[in-house]
Amino acid sequence: MLIRSPADIASSEITPERLYLDRRSWIRRLGLGLAAVAFPRPLLAAQGDPNSWEEVTGYNNFYEFGTGKDDPARNAGSLRTRPWTVKVEGEVARPGSYDLEALFKGIAQEERIYRFRCVEAWSMVVPWNGYPLGEVIKRLEPTSRARYVEFTTLFDPQQMPGQRSSVLDWPYVEGLRMDEAMHPLTLLVTGVYGRPIPNQNGAPVRLIVPWKYGFKGGKSIVRIRFLEQMPRTAWNLAAPREYGFYANVNPAVDHPRWSQATERRLGKLIRQKTLPFNGYADQVAALYRGMDLRANY
Amino acid sequence: MTEAQVVRQLLKPALWLAGLAPISWLVWTGFHGGLSADPVKYLTHFTGRTTLIIVMLTLSVTPIRHLSGRQGLGRVRRLVGLFAFFYAVVHLLIYFVFDRGLVLAELGEDIAKRPYITVGFTAWTMLLALAVTSPLAMVRRLGGERWQRLHRLIYFVVPLGLLHFAWAQKKDLSPLWPYLVAVGGLLALRLLARQPSRRPRVRASRVPPEG
Repeated sequence: MLIRSPADIASSEITPERLYLDRRSWIRRLGLGLAAVAFPRPLLAAQGDPNSWEEVTGYNNFYEFGTGKDDPARNAGSLRTRPWTVKVEGEVARPGSYDLEALFKGIAQEERIYRFRCVEAWSMVVPWNGYPLGEVIKRLEPTSRARYVEFTTLFDPQQMPGQRSSVLDWPYVEGLRMDEAMHPLTLLVTGVYGRPIPNQNGAPVRLIVPWKYGFKGGKSIVRIRFLEQMPRTAWNLAAPREYGFYANVNPAVDHPRWSQATERRLGKLIRQKTLPFNGYADQVAALYRGMDLRANY
Repeated sequence: MTEAQVVRQLLKPALWLAGLAPISWLVWTGFHGGLSADPVKYLTHFTGRTTLIIVMLTLSVTPIRHLSGRQGLGRVRRLVGLFAFFYAVVHLLIYFVFDRGLVLAELGEDIAKRPYITVGFTAWTMLLALAVTSPLAMVRRLGGERWQRLHRLIYFVVPLGLLHFAWAQKKDLSPLWPYLVAVGGLLALRLLARQPSRRPRVRASRVPPEG
């Protein structure tokens, strides 16, 4: 399948520290390990330990709710996710306002256990639930002029208090090239750990592109727009030298201020090597053949 | 009780307790799962901030001494400064052990390549120089004049530390505000302590601090 096991440090090497630091989560992992034995494969594919529910839902970058890692979990309660409509616009045969359910109608929900690598050099393993974006896009019938897809996050400072600060130029906008958007690994996520995705993780629908840095995954999406031109994206606008449009995970291309060669997997004390395309090179490297990845960071 | 006795018997033990409080708290919270989902980052940031705060406290000793007229306060400056160095050492060690895996070559590469590490390490080296020359014997060996010139390095540690802090942030610089306000407070204290009427104190500060 598409999901591969990373060449991680053997967890046996570090378990004692882990035990000492966080016994309860370790016990929970033991439970997950047992679940992996008891349940069929795709549910918990060999992927290293998925991070705990508490880690996945308590340590988030979602500046709409504050810049601290625990701000989103604390502040995202004010977000109303029902009803939720997504506007589809631009170079597309079937534009309109779609109810979330309508967008996914007839597409099977899948569980995908993906590595998640933040540009800040920390990472997690997360069991997402969602729908392949490509399947959704096919039904919307983009025209031949559509070369890019843009995803816009809700802008509503009432519900998103972090938007009262000007740390980013709101609303948050992200984008993909069409072939990236159609790639079977790219997921529109509506759940985590088999439960509806919590507000702090980008409810009710967010993007996950596992071979790119986490900031490419726009959250709480209210608009999908098909474009001929490359969209301007939030972090790229904020600091163009530091955050590119492509933002593929690449240990060989450092952030101007820090190294991207290694990462800290949450729950592990020692850093591990970052893999090209976050370990998904076999599936996605072909998308960028002939491109200078240093210039197109 | 004389002022010297108050300093020795009350102030110093209190400062020892206060100085050990942050690390005790870290150990306690570490055993109770309070280090967030990214404990290494938490430990690094916590010890870094603690260092900055204590360095600022050392800088407040002299103006407070001048303003209060309690010369005995000078005797605690070294203790406070050494606590700052202690947390700087823990800060560097956590980074070296967990982030650089105890590989000296990697540490060297970071220092050469990453401006925020270069700046942080420079500040750390300054604190090391001050800590090494803090015993009275070293003051005598260097001579008060040279010793004092060397120890003016402390004024560089704060801006370098703040720059190190700022460059390590992704974008949001709001965590720095309390520290900038504190710097403003320190400067105000200095200005207050520099009232012309207090001029004679300049000579008093030449006397190497003890304690």
